[in-house]
Amino acid sequence: MSKQIFVITEHLRGKIDDVTYEMLGKGKELAAASGGELVAVLLGHNQKELANEFGAASKVIYADHEKLADFNPWMYAKIVSEIVAQQKPRVVLTAYSSMGIEVAPAVSVSQGISLTAYVSDLSIQDLKVSVVSQIYGGKMNIEAVDENESMIACVLPGSFPADAGKATGSPAVEDFAVSGLDESKIQFKKLIAPDKSDVDITQSEILVSVGRGIQSNDNLPMVEELATKLGGAVSCSRPIVDSKWMPKTRQVGKSGLKVKPKCYLALGISGAPEHIEGMKEADLVIAVNTDPKAPIFDYAHYGVVGDLFDIIPALSAKL
Amino acid sequence: MNIIVPIKQVPDLVEGLEIDESGKDLNREWIKLKLNEFDDHALEEALLLKEESGATVTAIAIDSQDIDKVLFTAAAKGADKIIKVTGNFGTTVTSHEAAKALANAISSMQYDLVLTGVQAVDDRDGQIAVLLANYLNVPHVSVVTGVSINGGAVSVMKEYGGGNVAEFECTPPLVLGIQAARQTPRYVPVAKVRQIMKSATLEEVAGGDVSVVAASTVQKFSFPTGGGSAQMIEGSAEEQANKIFELLKEKGIK
Ligand SMILES: Cc1cc2nc3c(=O)[nH]c(=O)nc-3n(C[C@H](O)[C@H](O)[C@H](O)COP(=O)(O)OP(=O)(O)OC[C@H]3O[C@@H](n4cnc5c(N)ncnc54)[C@H](O)[C@@H]3O)c2cc1C
Repeated sequence: MSKQIFVITEHLRGKIDDVTYEMLGKGKELAAASGGELVAVLLGHNQKELANEFGAASKVIYADHEKLADFNPWMYAKIVSEIVAQQKPRVVLTAYSSMGIEVAPAVSVSQGISLTAYVSDLSIQDLKVSVVSQIYGGKMNIEAVDENESMIACVLPGSFPADAGKATGSPAVEDFAVSGLDESKIQFKKLIAPDKSDVDITQSEILVSVGRGIQSNDNLPMVEELATKLGGAVSCSRPIVDSKWMPKTRQVGKSGLKVKPKCYLALGISGAPEHIEGMKEADLVIAVNTDPKAPIFDYAHYGVVGDLFDIIPALSAKL
Repeated sequence: MNIIVPIKQVPDLVEGLEIDESGKDLNREWIKLKLNEFDDHALEEALLLKEESGATVTAIAIDSQDIDKVLFTAAAKGADKIIKVTGNFGTTVTSHEAAKALANAISSMQYDLVLTGVQAVDDRDGQIAVLLANYLNVPHVSVVTGVSINGGAVSVMKEYGGGNVAEFECTPPLVLGIQAARQTPRYVPVAKVRQIMKSATLEEVAGGDVSVVAASTVQKFSFPTGGGSAQMIEGSAEEQANKIFELLKEKGIK
């Protein structure tokens, strides 16, 4: 059985996402425990120099092709599947991200390898892998063991320290021969950058953030008022944007923005892992939620079990 | 254009979850279920495409508790056909099993697009959209927030972090994992569902062999304690607001 640990790295036009370093840090720890080597897998075009960012790994497998310059779900899944098939590593770490969500299940089915998702922790002993998944919107932890030959873990971003995986160096780079990329089925057209015309919530020191608990966009003015009185800006969870109550530029989380304000007031936000990912590094998090079991309370510094429709006016009145 | 929409129910997280006696599953006796919100978005997007370009929409689901009502609700919203996939399923069906049963059922149908939710809160072994695509052996795009049909091609918007979006041009057949429909999923009154239950037919298709690849084995369910649990602020709303005010002052914010 292989002892190798693979990390499927991610970058958007050469910008490496932090979750890659988190996985490399964790991967290093796993490799030390398994007695195998840590291998980083990199796909791209004319981006071999990115391998130097993966000094935590002892080797980088690099697949270069002009059609891999931008992420393409089926091409990336195909190449990663081929690389995994060749080496059958004990553990493959992918991110629970927009890219990982396409690659991990595809490799699992095509290679017949076990897949565990929403992974917040894992360890390895005698090649037996213990893995913790955080499911039900962060409301339940599930411990499992994997005794298969090979497994994929789709890791929740923010679960491990990124610093542990940040080491520059010049790991050995092994080129992977790319062939058979057929563009006829899924063709990348263009990347559309986010709108920059709105307030930049990543620059705001105080964020008053609302979630589905706000119930209706008619209730937003009271939130605006509170934010203005605090000298901050209003941000929100994803459902608020999907309902078109607030612009995308205000969304905090996995598919929104990562924020690190001095103070983050989370009002009527449950604290799903995809939201936590975007705000867990705020200096001070105060959460207001009617549900005492809301996962947001596990990440907040202070919590109020209460109705935001009582707390917001009471707080505004003081300012 | 034929669009198939696999949907499923998940525990409603507004209700408290309980762990059963084995410690390896939820206590499902009193559990309240609801349609996976992302599947609801997938159905909405399919219905919007139907309204735009005259597609046929089929909602399909694995046989499970209360699923008939869920499928009839989909019909009441505008699905042309509803199908229940039957088989020897346990109380919990893994994502791999569900995807395989769906693939067995769908592979004999005529379809151009399969639209399903990007994820569900209980996909411990991965998200169904991409698993299904791979069992069907067709391409996939997930985390989709926009779909438009231009003749034979389908243009798809996929979201990345930080508000970046990629546009892909795809050739059906294709599976899409829908993150959000263009508009909030429609609501349908119960009376209309009751009415459709009298006229619509619920077809049944066998899920076939769902034995799947290796998986990890569940040992234990537990409630997370998070990084560092919050210090709770007690009292009346007034007192709680006061305390928040003081905390902000301490931070030099007000
Ligand atoms: C690929 C992907 C990317 C995603 N990206 C993001 C992202 O970037 N950002 C994001 O936020 N989500 C994201 N999500 C969605 C995420 O999974 C959750 O669905 C979402 O975060 C839930 O938002 P919420 O907390 O506002 O709503 P809910 O989970 O519905 O929570 C509402 C909360 O309000 C509380 N509440 C209700 N009434 C009141 C009241 N009167 N007073 C106080 N509290 C009240 C409830 O107890 C509940 O806890 C993503 C999902 C996927 C699949």
